[in-house]
Amino acid sequence: METGKKIKAGDVRAASRLIRDIEDSIPESKSTIKHLFPYTGKAQVVGITGSPGAGKSTLVDGLIEMSRKKEKTVGVLAVDPTSPFTGGATLGDRIRMQRHAEDPAVFIRSLATRGSLGGLSKAVGDAIHVMDAMGKDVIFVETVGTGQQEVEIIHYAHTVLVVLVPGMGDEIQAIKAGIMEIADIFVVNKADREGAGKLQRELMNMIEMSRIPPGGWRPPVLTIGNSFKPEVFEIDIENLSSKVYEHYEYLVNSDFIGDRLRRKTTHELNEALRSSILEPVLRVLVSTGELDRMIEKLLRKESDPCSLSEEVARKYLQGCI
Amino acid sequence: MTQRKIRIMVAKPGLDGHDRGARILARCFRDAGYEVIYTGCHQTPAQIAASAIQEDVDVVGLSCLSGAHRYLFPQVVTLLREKGAGDINVIGGGIIPEQDFQKLYDAGIKAIFIPGTTLDTIVEWVNNNIKPVERT
Repeated sequence: METGKKIKAGDVRAASRLIRDIEDSIPESKSTIKHLFPYTGKAQVVGITGSPGAGKSTLVDGLIEMSRKKEKTVGVLAVDPTSPFTGGATLGDRIRMQRHAEDPAVFIRSLATRGSLGGLSKAVGDAIHVMDAMGKDVIFVETVGTGQQEVEIIHYAHTVLVVLVPGMGDEIQAIKAGIMEIADIFVVNKADREGAGKLQRELMNMIEMSRIPPGGWRPPVLTIGNSFKPEVFEIDIENLSSKVYEHYEYLVNSDFIGDRLRRKTTHELNEALRSSILEPVLRVLVSTGELDRMIEKLLRKESDPCSLSEEVARKYLQGCI
Repeated sequence: MTQRKIRIMVAKPGLDGHDRGARILARCFRDAGYEVIYTGCHQTPAQIAASAIQEDVDVVGLSCLSGAHRYLFPQVVTLLREKGAGDINVIGGGIIPEQDFQKLYDAGIKAIFIPGTTLDTIVEWVNNNIKPVERT
């Protein structure tokens, strides 16, 4: 397991290539991931999500800086969208983090969504494992610019940061389900702008109303000032960074880490089952032309998707149906 | 089975903030179906080489309008080779006098594109000359 060894020794080239093989669904990548799996689970995974232009990448840049001051090694996975038309992507998150490009303890890797809808890429789970096995202390996962519904990050991160900016709607937005429920830490970014105080109060009201179990974590609402004023920005980022590490300590010292890990693990197994059961069946259906015949049937209304998939399940999943 | 995708980095080395060309190319490569990593302006060759390795790109496209291409372009190639990543292709573009072409080719730059080149020409060159992952 040459690649596995290199990655455990921290080899960036080998790690980056493996991540690419995972993205491209190269079968051999699976055996390396299997080999690395026992060496994972040590890193703190921090998710950063929020709308496009909210300042996620700039915050990650600041968090890298603070983590390096604490002598932690850092991995970053930055996800940007794939074009639904051409399959291409512009991955522009690392522009904000380039001052760390030469730091050997920092590994920044951009990922394209390649059709995934939850704000991440299908490869993100295994890419986290790769960085974890390399020995990174903390891994920041930056989602695509999200709307209300892209909450996939909760399946991967120990700590989720939801980044908001003033002027994006009234307090009704704050009581909606979805992204407003997943934050461990709320960040009101660009807090020098009008409406920041109001947004902070609305968030605090919302948190006041939520049922937090005894001993549970109450998401703090932190403000971050103008990133072009380093004297303000640095203090705010330092606060944020401390909260991020405080949250992890809280998880570790309370029973709640168990819930998180169970949630992560369940999701991971679900995904793996989906790919090891569905993908081989799909391959057979495609190669035998059966898939095309099924689509023709549907177009002629001779059958329905439900019956056809039950038929396939009866044929290929004996013992289950 | 997904198909391998070309990953390309567009970078601007040195003290040159004129990035319209680089941005247009980033957009054009995206439309060609590549995954494009854009590093922004004012990058040192060391930053570019390190980033190219972290991103596992097949090609690095350098844009330089300041006249420092004869120093900066070969520097990127040298650093990639030093880090054992000499298989990553480096191409360049910008305000580059014809008499410099051969020196840049000799230094390992695979192709040079100057003002007036159509976007299609550049994409065609990449499609014909770059095979994702299988680099030599």
